[in-house]
Amino acid sequence: MEEKDTIEEPKHPSSKKKEVVIHIKGLKKSFGDHHVLKHVDLDVHRGENVVILGKSGTGKSVTIECIVGMLVPDEGEVKVFGDDVPEMTEKQLKELRTKIGFLFQSGALYDSMTVRDNLEFPLTRVLRIKDQAEIDKRVEEVLDGVGLMDAIDKMPSDLSGGMRKRVGLARTLIVKPEIMLYDEPTTGLDPITSREISQLILKMQKKYKTTSIIITHDMECAEITADRVVVLNDGEFVAEGSFDEIKGSKDEFVESFF
Amino acid sequence: MAEQALPGWKKWLEGSGDQFIFLKGFFRNMFRSGFEWSEFVRQCYEIGYRSFTLVGTTAFIMGLVLALQLRPTLVDFGAESMLPRTLAVSIIREIGPVITAIICAGKIASSIGAELGSMKVTEQIDAMDVSGANPMQYLVVTRILATTFMVPLLTLIGDVLGLIGGFLAINISGKVSVMLYFNKCIASIDFTDLLPAFIKTIFFGFVIGFIGCYKGYNSNKGTESVGLSANSAVVAASLWIFVIDAIVVQISNIIIY
Repeated sequence: MEEKDTIEEPKHPSSKKKEVVIHIKGLKKSFGDHHVLKHVDLDVHRGENVVILGKSGTGKSVTIECIVGMLVPDEGEVKVFGDDVPEMTEKQLKELRTKIGFLFQSGALYDSMTVRDNLEFPLTRVLRIKDQAEIDKRVEEVLDGVGLMDAIDKMPSDLSGGMRKRVGLARTLIVKPEIMLYDEPTTGLDPITSREISQLILKMQKKYKTTSIIITHDMECAEITADRVVVLNDGEFVAEGSFDEIKGSKDEFVESFF
Repeated sequence: MAEQALPGWKKWLEGSGDQFIFLKGFFRNMFRSGFEWSEFVRQCYEIGYRSFTLVGTTAFIMGLVLALQLRPTLVDFGAESMLPRTLAVSIIREIGPVITAIICAGKIASSIGAELGSMKVTEQIDAMDVSGANPMQYLVVTRILATTFMVPLLTLIGDVLGLIGGFLAINISGKVSVMLYFNKCIASIDFTDLLPAFIKTIFFGFVIGFIGCYKGYNSNKGTESVGLSANSAVVAASLWIFVIDAIVVQISNIIIY
């Protein structure tokens, strides 16, 4: 925690006096001898967009994987909606996951299914909706939201990288999650598509009123989407604040991102 | 020496433990509500119908070659009339089930291993899991049950085509009517030939699906691991087929004879 460049105030107005939906305290995670997360503390408030910046391999993805229960922390608290995630039973975890959307870096579309089937999958398997009219309505609404109505009957292999990310986003949002976790949503995309995806994330966040954690290296994505930015280095958060505050930081590591 | 052997044993024990947990997960999810019938039917089609031509052709040729190879030897002993009986017993009891299972191990276990391995590498399984859906129920239970159901059916078809192949071979060098040939075949087979053969095909089907799914589902995250999953699924499934064959033959011999 030495010389931590923590910029506590002012936070983005939207994060003030709001319920904490994700609470992480003293999170530690190692893989063998490799200590990925050494001490991570983070509170995310309802409706807030938090961007986690950091170099590759610093544990950004590990942090959100601990939030969603894909990884079990070695030490520390990870609470979502006040419930301790590592202590949850399989059933509780499954229930929690229906409230959390996770957008993978690759989009992770099911490649044996069409776009429509990809979108119907969480509706029929997670929400157990049987009414086909309701399913069709939701599919069309969410696809329209990401601007891909024309791709409804296409296979994932027929889509471009940007389209895959949009469909991945649509599939995640279709269950109307309260929390969205984005794992490098703009990686591998050209600058124009990256900007479109970043703006889409913001648009969807406003429309569905989600709380989001966005992991990215893309500074434009961070600028567009962040209410608050935290910078992760060597398993610890070393800086925190609004995008402009982080941009103005004198910390050598933080400066290296700009 | 012991120190060098220990990591290998440890790895083997860990692998066995993982397989046991996976097996437990399969049975637990099999009896959960929300069975994926449509995916099960799709897998039956993919696994059964799409393997039909390969299994059928191979079984037909095996029957044909077996008859051609057997005939000179039986003629030497003046036992040419025993040819339909010999063919029927060897095809129904051993060659049909084992050849079908080995072909299915090559075709189905590798395809399941590669498909699930690729889904693992591209985070599709993680995406399914993290969305609150049940990938074990959707991907694993359906595939294992489909192979368990379809391999016995494919074996049955393979047996019939193998016998037809044998009939063709006999008619190349001699002349036997269809009725006489199949009457002799059927008369030479009884319940004690059919039941152990049928039971072992169920185990073969299960092991093909189980190993394919286990290897694919537990792939490491890298493109190389997809190939390794497919490859190791074929090797392990083939080995298990022979092990199960030996065990079932021993047990049925003890019980029946």
